Amino acid sequence: MSDVRLQSVRKVYAGGVEAVKGVSLEIADGQFCVLVGPSGCGKSTLLRMVAGLETISGGTCSIGDREVNEIEPADRDIAMVFQNYALYPHMSVYDNMAYGLRNRGTPKDEIDRRVREAARILEVEPFLERKPRALSGGQRQRVAMGRAIVRKPKVFLFDEPLSNLDAKLRIQMRVEIKKLQRALGTTSIYVTHDQLEAMTLADQLVVMNKGQVEQAGAPITLYERPMTIFVAGFIGAPPMNLLDLPASGLPGLSLASPVSGPVTLGVRPEHLELSTEGGALAVEVQVTAVEAVGAESYIYGALGGQGPEIIVRIPGRDLPAIGASLRAIARSENLHFFSRETGIRLN
Amino acid sequence: MVQRRRLLDFLPHLILLIGVAVVAFPVYVAFIASTWDAATISNGSMPLRPGPHFAENYYRTIFIGTSSSTREPVGTMMLNSLIMALTIAIGKIAISLISAFAVVYFRFPFRMTAFWIIFVTLMLPVEVRIFPTYKIVADLKLLDTFAGLTIPLIASATATLLFRQFFMTVPDELVEASKIDGAGPMKFFVDTLLPLSITSVAAMFVIQFIYGWNQYLWPLLITTKDNMQTIVIAIKKMIVTQDALTEWQLAMATAILAMLPPVFVVVVMQRLFVKGLVETEK
Repeated sequence: MSDVRLQSVRKVYAGGVEAVKGVSLEIADGQFCVLVGPSGCGKSTLLRMVAGLETISGGTCSIGDREVNEIEPADRDIAMVFQNYALYPHMSVYDNMAYGLRNRGTPKDEIDRRVREAARILEVEPFLERKPRALSGGQRQRVAMGRAIVRKPKVFLFDEPLSNLDAKLRIQMRVEIKKLQRALGTTSIYVTHDQLEAMTLADQLVVMNKGQVEQAGAPITLYERPMTIFVAGFIGAPPMNLLDLPASGLPGLSLASPVSGPVTLGVRPEHLELSTEGGALAVEVQVTAVEAVGAESYIYGALGGQGPEIIVRIPGRDLPAIGASLRAIARSENLHFFSRETGIRLN
Repeated sequence: MVQRRRLLDFLPHLILLIGVAVVAFPVYVAFIASTWDAATISNGSMPLRPGPHFAENYYRTIFIGTSSSTREPVGTMMLNSLIMALTIAIGKIAISLISAFAVVYFRFPFRMTAFWIIFVTLMLPVEVRIFPTYKIVADLKLLDTFAGLTIPLIASATATLLFRQFFMTVPDELVEASKIDGAGPMKFFVDTLLPLSITSVAAMFVIQFIYGWNQYLWPLLITTKDNMQTIVIAIKKMIVTQDALTEWQLAMATAILAMLPPVFVVVVMQRLFVKGLVETEK
């Protein structure tokens, strides 16, 4: 068993700054957990505490059935992939992968077998004798992954491993990481600020903000039922339209069943459709900008002519003229209501 | 246009050539003087072409030495200088590497104090603290020994600072990767930090070897026995100011010999030296 359990883990830095404010999380054996959030939300700190690179100020962290708070990183049975790969520049690819095993006194033929197997899986066999600087970014990334998998650790930790790659390679490596993790069945924790990466990789998606977990669960659950305004605005691209509704209502916006009190209404651009019929929500927008991205287009408009901005996604490239007035509706199951004071979901 | 470009190409070269001549001519004269006999030099009519006594003069210098002033073959002195320069250079590098490693990678109490104390010693070269240092060496009965000659010169703030600067450019992730790979601090130092520092070490070696080789004041104080003299001191001793005849051909041969090891070190280490000062292997 190699599940990871965090119980009200806290990190307080010497200056009194609390980077992580009591995070409790359970990551089941073999699960792919993605921590996502804006920069400075404590996600990397949390990962580094699991790795043992940061001390834990409060709470406990266990891997398997062992509490690891006081255990050295090398003895936690984890492997980490760093954002800048952190390959040893003076060692060949082979030595980079073998180094950790050698330090643990693994027999030579066993090291050789494991390194060659990892190289085969990651398709870096032709480069085994090269130095990292003679490799491309994608190849370095593979070597960094190879260094992690040869150790056969209980947990993989990824710290924004794809953010140094170009967009195309990032998508390709994302798919490969997922495949590899499935094949090996190793519990993984992955930190990213890219919500698309987070959505596609995660079994369990954890959205963090200001050192706290906003919501954790299956990616699709977070997409369909964000529990806070923050999660609603963070997950999805383009972001969800969030409208602060005063008790008197907004001009150009009509709800089939009016809500009372100061609430924030959320509706995703992809859930708005251009229609003249009635819906649970109907908005009148005046087009201010349009973006055609190929299969679909985004219309940016001002609610009721001068109100807050609303984004509507429409299929195809049949774009309305700037300044035109449109009417869009959404169904009731796609409406999200949040308390304006607490940011918590109401419906 | 073509004319003007030629002139612009020519002018810098002319200036450089003049510079080279200014530096190289005295060296050339020294070499020429070392190939003539004493009589030709002292009557002031030495030609500017190599003379017939090259082998004889250098043999005498290296294996026999001057008859009166130094009483020791220059070969011995070169060996002394070499031992001193190597010990100082290697000692300085070893100590500086370790102290920079401590200052950069360990969080011990008074770490910054330790760093500043090292830093402040930049203001205290041997010349400034020469009396107390001499006293200590004398009390420890280290006069006329290689230990007395080298140890007081080994501590080096310059090299410590240079290595500290270099270590701080090494990405933290490498340290962390080493931790996760099960390498302890010393293993990280030997397996990762040293290989990465190799060009800085080479640059430091060149600088410190020449520093050690050129030492004059300290060896002058510490050595009294003939067989402990260093070559730089010998040059000065050979040029006698009293009525005795200076054996100029031997003094010049010694000067040329004294130049060779630093030149050799610079030529051999040149590429690493430049690399170490301008870039890092990362």
